[in-house]
Amino acid sequence: MFEQLVEIFTSVAFYAAVIRLTAPLLLAAMGGLVAERAGIITFGMEGMMLMGAIGGAVGSYYTGSVLGGLAFAMLAGMFLALLYGVMCVSVGANQVVSAVALNLGALGLSSTIFALVFSNRAVGVVTEVVSVPSMQPVKIPLLGDIPILGDILFNQLPLVYLALISVPIVWFVLYRTTIGLKIRSVGEHPHAADTVGISVVRVRYLSVLFTGLMAGLAGALLSIGMLNTFQENMSAGRGFIAYTAIIFGKWEPLGIFLGTLLFGLADAIQLRIQALNLPIPYQFWVAFPYLVTLLALVLFVGKATWPAASGQPFKREGK
Amino acid sequence: MESLLRLEKICKSFPGVVANDHVDLEILPGEIHALLGENGAGKTTLMNCVYGVYRPDSGTIYWKGQPVEIHQARDAIALGIGMVHQHFMLVPPLTVAENIILGLPSPREPLLDLKSASQQIRELAERYGLPIEPDVPVWQLPVGVQQRVEILKALYRQAELLILDEPTAVLTPGEVEELFKVLRAFKEKGLSIIFISHKLEEVMSISDRITVMRAGKVVDTLPASRTNPHELARMMVGREVFLQIEKPPCTPGEVVLELENVRARSDRDLPALKGVSFQVRAGEILGIAGVDGNGQTELAEVIAGLRRVTDGRIRVLGRDITHCTPKEIIDMGVAFVPPDRQHMGLLMDFTVSENLIGKSFDRPPFSKYGFLQKQAIENFCAGAIYRCDIRTPHAHVPVKLLSGGNQQKVVLARELSLQPRLLIAAQPTRGLDVGATEYIHRQMVEARSAGTAILLISTELDEVLSLSDRIAVMYEGEIMGIVPAEEADLQQIGLWMAGSRAHQAAETPQTV
Ligand SMILES: Nc1ncnc2c1ncn2[C@@H]1O[C@H](COP(=O)(O)OP(=O)(O)O)[C@@H](O)[C@H]1O
Ligand SMILES: [Mg+2]
Repeated sequence: MFEQLVEIFTSVAFYAAVIRLTAPLLLAAMGGLVAERAGIITFGMEGMMLMGAIGGAVGSYYTGSVLGGLAFAMLAGMFLALLYGVMCVSVGANQVVSAVALNLGALGLSSTIFALVFSNRAVGVVTEVVSVPSMQPVKIPLLGDIPILGDILFNQLPLVYLALISVPIVWFVLYRTTIGLKIRSVGEHPHAADTVGISVVRVRYLSVLFTGLMAGLAGALLSIGMLNTFQENMSAGRGFIAYTAIIFGKWEPLGIFLGTLLFGLADAIQLRIQALNLPIPYQFWVAFPYLVTLLALVLFVGKATWPAASGQPFKREGK
Repeated sequence: MESLLRLEKICKSFPGVVANDHVDLEILPGEIHALLGENGAGKTTLMNCVYGVYRPDSGTIYWKGQPVEIHQARDAIALGIGMVHQHFMLVPPLTVAENIILGLPSPREPLLDLKSASQQIRELAERYGLPIEPDVPVWQLPVGVQQRVEILKALYRQAELLILDEPTAVLTPGEVEELFKVLRAFKEKGLSIIFISHKLEEVMSISDRITVMRAGKVVDTLPASRTNPHELARMMVGREVFLQIEKPPCTPGEVVLELENVRARSDRDLPALKGVSFQVRAGEILGIAGVDGNGQTELAEVIAGLRRVTDGRIRVLGRDITHCTPKEIIDMGVAFVPPDRQHMGLLMDFTVSENLIGKSFDRPPFSKYGFLQKQAIENFCAGAIYRCDIRTPHAHVPVKLLSGGNQQKVVLARELSLQPRLLIAAQPTRGLDVGATEYIHRQMVEARSAGTAILLISTELDEVLSLSDRIAVMYEGEIMGIVPAEEADLQQIGLWMAGSRAHQAAETPQTV
């Protein structure tokens, strides 16, 4: 058994899998980070990912192209984000409660759409797996030829590359652009932002729509990236893991990257070990990545420093 | 001369309150115009209308003679109006430069250009004598410097009119002098300033003209040269004010509070109290003077049981309370007016009545068998609101909507309703106006005459001098000396405050 473990941990394919499994979390978490920094709790990423997953499958099915699938996925994620924005920004409802409601709604909606689009009309249920056009790995010239590293990092799906470069991009936008400064100020002290003429409402809507877009892509990565079909509740808590990664990373892109990597690693480990048929119930291994996340939060995070206005609706007084 | 800003019949109401009632105000170019009024007079509301934070219900704003519509802060900024709010509008984790350029287009849009911004800020700071380090996060700065950032923020936006809402409330006397120098320099350069305050002396010394507001209305506008503090106080409060407190002679009784070599550490884990000893007797006020940050807060907290004593003894009525819980200490008859009413003294989102019974809700008559007794609470609160003249529409308004003076009245009413043996009053009148201050002082003197021992901790030397029967001075966690009020020598006290025991070394006993 020891040899089998050594084999796993020395194989290039294992590390490529780590990156691949990290990517959807990373996409969602980087999207979520932007809204979080604007003061919106992104507990609703789970639902946005599911919408992205079904959107990707449906879009890919109808347009017959992966790009069409991606467009649908982004729109589906943003649709849910828009609803979330209306509840949190315009209505000022409790954000966690709204997110829970939308997550549940998205679960039902995605399954319904799945059944409507892909079901065997006669029976009314999805009887056979319908495959749709799906993404193919793209080997990056030159970089892809580097031994070992090339196979791990540079022979992946395009969305995986996008996830990786989103880390420096989001960092750059947050810390080096005017919109980034606006986002950060709105999340920390919306009244101060308001008094210098920043539209808190607009910044928050834009941020949450960006989260929807990214979480939608993350969902598409699950449905038309890793598979070529949709499955009910396909996100399986990854939206929540992405949210946890934001806390783990203390609202900083690099820390969040490490957090998602940790979960990706745990996920890859459990997939391989399950295959070894050890005398441990497979349910343990399925739960393993979540346990790792929990443990990491408890052990390494310490006191989290939330954006000060996190979860607080903004309302001008006396208008 | 044509006015820079003119307000005509501005009205603004909140549910239950008319905050501004047909207010007229004219600001001339290059003048320092004071807006004087008690807390709740409507000064902040009026300025928020000018700055676009609120929309006036009616009335017209003229800017350089033209009627203007100011819908939001952005419009005011575009006209050339800058405002430094009483509660600063700075984003703590952002740097000084980021705070100053926040919301402005960048020359390298969409990229930030912090380098050139820092450069410009340095130049601006130089020109106006407001030294600043642009790359430091704002939360690391002392309050006085944060205020400087706010002022620079307005100047950076090329304000021609600078509104300062109670700028001196958060400053030490030295910093106030600095600020006044800067304001005079602004005036030289042609800026107009609206200076909001309720401190008469300050207003007299800095302003060209003074507008007095009371209960939402303008009482009058006068040149500073043709008025005096007494007249202003009368206009502000609406009746004759006694700037001096009348105090029956002191008849001290038994020792109520006794500290013996008390030591404690600050939040930053530095020694804050270094062996403090004194006694307070029933029926006397012991005033502790000193510059802010010399251990006064920690002193109040150790007595109230809110901070751990590392060494020494505290006794109340002979009983050792050094390691008692706050609740046990309250039950001993110790009342506490904390220095920071917004965070410690009150639950801001709770109503006036909930705050009034905040320390006694769990005993009869307010609670029976674990149920709150609505009628008893209503009766008690109605009485307290009437007796203490708490200005509130009714008892069920969240206390955060009250003005500072009325909030403090709620705190004091609650504490005195417990009929305490000992009252610790820390900064009881910080940020309050003449009327409220006078009221709080009278209440304290009354409690003292009724036999309560009072420990007054205040950084306002005048307050300590006028209220106390004995005066102690704290410096760096030590009591420099204690003198009876009638023997107090201002020069000596000043020396103690600055940390010098020099010329009376023999007469600085640790205990009296
Ligand atoms: N946002 C608000 N909602 C309700 N009442 C308010 C609000 N702001 C101020 N008030 C009330 O309006 C009156 C004037 O307040 P304010 O302008 O803050 O006075 P000042 O600045 O002179 O102390 C007070 O009675 C206050 O309680
Ligand atoms: Mg005010």
